[in-house]
Amino acid sequence: MNWTAIRAIYVFEMTRFFRTIAQSLISPVLSTSLYFVVFGAAIGSRIDQVEGVSYGAFIVPGLIMLTVMTQGISNASFGIYFPKFIGTIYELLSAPVNFLEIVMGYVGAAATKAMFIGIIILITSFFFVDIQIQNPAAMIAFLVLTCISFALFGFIIGIWAGNFEQLQLVPLLIITPLVFLGGSFYSITMLPPVWQTISMFNPVVYLISGFRWAFFGIQDVPIATSLLAIGLFTALCLGAIWWIFKTGWRIRQ
Amino acid sequence: MSTILSIQNLRKSYAGGFEALKGVNLDIEEGEIIALLGPNGAGKTTLISTVCGITMPTSGTVTVAGFDILSNYREARRLIGLVPQEIALEPFEKVINTVRFSRGLFGKGRKDSAVEDILKRLSLWDKRDNQIRELSGGMKRRVLIAKALAHEPRVLFLDEPTAGVDVELRKDMWEIVEQLRADGVTTILTTHYIEEAEAIADRIGVISKGEILLVEDKDTLMARMGKKQLDVQLTAKIDAVPDALSSYDLTLGDDGWTLVYSYDVNAERTGITMLLNDVQKAGLQLRDVVTRQSSLEDIFVSLVNQPEAAQ
Repeated sequence: MNWTAIRAIYVFEMTRFFRTIAQSLISPVLSTSLYFVVFGAAIGSRIDQVEGVSYGAFIVPGLIMLTVMTQGISNASFGIYFPKFIGTIYELLSAPVNFLEIVMGYVGAAATKAMFIGIIILITSFFFVDIQIQNPAAMIAFLVLTCISFALFGFIIGIWAGNFEQLQLVPLLIITPLVFLGGSFYSITMLPPVWQTISMFNPVVYLISGFRWAFFGIQDVPIATSLLAIGLFTALCLGAIWWIFKTGWRIRQ
Repeated sequence: MSTILSIQNLRKSYAGGFEALKGVNLDIEEGEIIALLGPNGAGKTTLISTVCGITMPTSGTVTVAGFDILSNYREARRLIGLVPQEIALEPFEKVINTVRFSRGLFGKGRKDSAVEDILKRLSLWDKRDNQIRELSGGMKRRVLIAKALAHEPRVLFLDEPTAGVDVELRKDMWEIVEQLRADGVTTILTTHYIEEAEAIADRIGVISKGEILLVEDKDTLMARMGKKQLDVQLTAKIDAVPDALSSYDLTLGDDGWTLVYSYDVNAERTGITMLLNDVQKAGLQLRDVVTRQSSLEDIFVSLVNQPEAAQ
């Protein structure tokens, strides 16, 4: 393992993050606050408790997940797409590093940023609602795993993308619907049976359910299933990246 | 001297079927400066990219100090620094950070004194905290070189280092290459400026259509392929070469004001003395006599147009 190289990539990427820290934080914090105002205060005031939790608190785990997933994807996809776009990828390809080291550097940095923002969102939510975290260790574990797996997914998108439009396409067309339909703002049990079944094909359901369990001890699917789902997703992404570097797909002719 | 880079029968075909390298063989000695000369599209950049790991070879082997670039890529790549043709730099990053990054990426631990030394040698030390986008084009090229040298490589590839660079900076680049030679760094540069190869290279390889046409010491090449010309300028204009001089290989130049005599530098007798005697006997008055040696450029053009001349 070329740890020096991993560290170099990680530090370089984090420097970019801290250079633009204001932009990186303001936008997610602002949009989360808006969600609290609209869903928590305006609409939530007309909704009874969901499984014993006030609606405002109920949406907190989903909101954090929503932010962490989109941030993980956008950070990692941009992180690897940008060198491709400006041409600095030559250095990465000519360096004495293997795919795992490149991924650990870029995905590690992207996941750290996503996690950082996720924690800021959590802190923001304390200002709006009263929440207690029943199982902090599980909460952190789910947060870390989600950050890493979605950053891995974002890394694949960044390598696949041929232009900035494509870079935005997957998050916009696939991730946003999946996250919105994944139970961020409601419990799956509130849906008609047909939609409950369809929801079971949405991987995000398992993540939000597991994360919410860590907060309130309530779940849509068993916690073991949630862990299995996120493990499977991570393994799939890693496999895809391994294949990309093995074949040189879209990066090495 | 030992061979630091050995390229054996290297082929590269792109997905579209285009064969960019058609079995290249090249051995490069440690410490030398070799210039690969060739027209656009000759395969220079593909050759460099393949050795550096940016493109994958279709067949053939490349070793750097004995390390195979595929099976021992870590050891091989640590020894190589690459300065690409295009300026590719992170615009918002500080100069010093991007050089530190390169050093780390190639597996060398942080060493501020080494980075400082490189930046000073490239006259970038004063600009170390500037964002790269604030630098001029010439300065950006220096940053690329600094990045390539950050991990103290033994072999440096310069892909068209002075393309689109002004005269002053070009001279600076040449000085930098000279300095590197003093440090024992082997330099392989590609160029289509003949002047550049002539100025700094020890050996010259001519590459065209994916093949190396020849590799030779610069001086040997110049002597072997070089022709000399003698211009005999006259005080009065003439309409045709006088019959008395018809036995010489003469042409009329400058609208009849000059007799042009081509001769081989390597021949035992150049025939100049006899020619000048006969010119006088023919009743012509000399104004001036000038000799010119064909440049590498002429040699190059004749090689690329008639590859058999290389044999």
